[in-house]
Amino acid sequence: MDNHQLEIIANEVRKGIILSTHSAKAGHPGGSLSAADIFTYLYFEELNVDPKNPEAPERDRFVLSKGHTAPGLYAALAEKGFFPKEDLITLRKVGSHLQGHPSMKHTPGVDMSTGSLGQGVSAAVGMALAAKLDNRDSRVYTLLGDGEIQEGQVWEAAMFAGARKLDNLVVIVDNNGLQIDGKVEDVCSPYPIGKKFEAFNFHVVEMDAHDFDSIRAAFKEARETKGMPTAIVAKSIKGKGVSYMENNASWHGKAPNDEECKIAMEELTKAGEALCQK
Amino acid sequence: MSEVKKIATRESYGQTLVELGAENPDIVVMDADLAAATKTGVFGKAYPDRFFDVGIAEGNMMGIAAGLAASGKIPFASSFAMFATGRAYEQIRNSIGYPKLNVKICASHAGITVGEDGASHQCLEDIALMRSIPGMVVMNPADDIEAKAAVRAAAEYEGPVYIRLGRAAVPVINDRPDYKFEWGKGIKIQDGKDVTLVATGTMVNSAMEAAKMLEADGVSVEILDIHTIKPLDEDMIIESAKKTGKVVTLEEHSVIGGLGSAVCEALSEKHPTLVKKIGVYDTFGESGSAAVLMEKYELDGKGVYRQVKEFLDGLK
Repeated sequence: MDNHQLEIIANEVRKGIILSTHSAKAGHPGGSLSAADIFTYLYFEELNVDPKNPEAPERDRFVLSKGHTAPGLYAALAEKGFFPKEDLITLRKVGSHLQGHPSMKHTPGVDMSTGSLGQGVSAAVGMALAAKLDNRDSRVYTLLGDGEIQEGQVWEAAMFAGARKLDNLVVIVDNNGLQIDGKVEDVCSPYPIGKKFEAFNFHVVEMDAHDFDSIRAAFKEARETKGMPTAIVAKSIKGKGVSYMENNASWHGKAPNDEECKIAMEELTKAGEALCQK
Repeated sequence: MSEVKKIATRESYGQTLVELGAENPDIVVMDADLAAATKTGVFGKAYPDRFFDVGIAEGNMMGIAAGLAASGKIPFASSFAMFATGRAYEQIRNSIGYPKLNVKICASHAGITVGEDGASHQCLEDIALMRSIPGMVVMNPADDIEAKAAVRAAAEYEGPVYIRLGRAAVPVINDRPDYKFEWGKGIKIQDGKDVTLVATGTMVNSAMEAAKMLEADGVSVEILDIHTIKPLDEDMIIESAKKTGKVVTLEEHSVIGGLGSAVCEALSEKHPTLVKKIGVYDTFGESGSAAVLMEKYELDGKGVYRQVKEFLDGLK
């Protein structure tokens, strides 16, 4: 799929994030939007998954370790056809399969239940290990927040993955620079992120999380890396695509109201139209 | 009379793992740098490709086990009860319990019989912690034979299981031809009519010793071995309570949240009965040999006898 097509889909994913969190009157749009291009690239270019057979043993796996950005994952899964797009507005409502944080028992296409930060990455390591045990070609991807890597378990998992040379594992850190209480470097700096993963015996790649050339190059490099896992430090903008949410920590865990939703949808519709004219 | 054979349930666990490893290639075993003590090391020697020592990182071990289970493996993850259920509680709850993944958490060194290491290592809260997780099966075998059966049952069951194992060698009490382990079912060790002793794990032996002393005083004692604390064999306990009218629970665990609480929950709702909970009374343990600590905390036969006697005398 070319970049232009990916950009169009990513814009639709962003619309899904706004509509679902608006409908839920809760949720996490900021970190969902910063990762929207990553979700899009994973599900439309990188992952070997089939919406018609979401539990095929030989598939690739994706674990959303930063589980609060489920709206972004759900929007991408819906675009891919794992379930109807209409389901997105049932987010966080009683009886919906779209739980506030990802649940593998509820939602087709969700490979692991997450939400408690730092835990998804260990599960991803376990999946990568299982693939090695079975001599399957499955690759495992996991997306972490840059605040999330303050959790010690991330580094326990990284130490094991590096020691076991799990080259079928890709850890992506969505480095949007903001967490609930403010800038990550003000709260408790995780920097330098890349050097930390290098020290844990990862191959490290940086990418611009909103440029599909850069994203494509990073995932290609990860795929070509043998004998060690890869960490991708994804430089991103929290709230990317919605003007008033960009680089604003207050949009970490707050839903747009009716007026804000209208503005966001107008911006995204305009962006979508501009893409179609390209 | 020959000496009673004694085997630690962690030994039984290691041996059974090796057997299961031969029978099922999906079984994998994990440990967090305690493989020699938990006895997963014997599996590691037999099947090095299916044994993963994650180092001293219990939370990560549970998370990796979850990922392995989500990919069709049957992981047995071991550490000491303190670290498996305490340190890694939230990983067990959220990464294993919530998605109901097929992970077997088999923790050794539970209870006060850890001995000399002292309170930091004597987990008296693990049953309470594991029992509170929705869908978690909790087993606490009494001896070598029961431990082997419990581990086998866990391997066959699809879903999360916690098995509580001990450090100290304990008497083999179930070496009899009619012994039958049924997952979720209690075992009636003996019939009686005056009082019911509901015991789990190491306390089944203490109950049997205490019963002999009580019988010498003319008290007829019924003993139930509850190897599966969750789901609890409520029918057996209620039936016995109806007969004797007096129930004593015995566990090498805090009296808060363990077997005693589970029995009280069942009886208070379905057949209100006076219950005396014997266990560790809201306190930490301390260093000492297992035998001396069991005596000091009145968890040995003599201590149980005295406590049951006091309970029964108080009712007169």
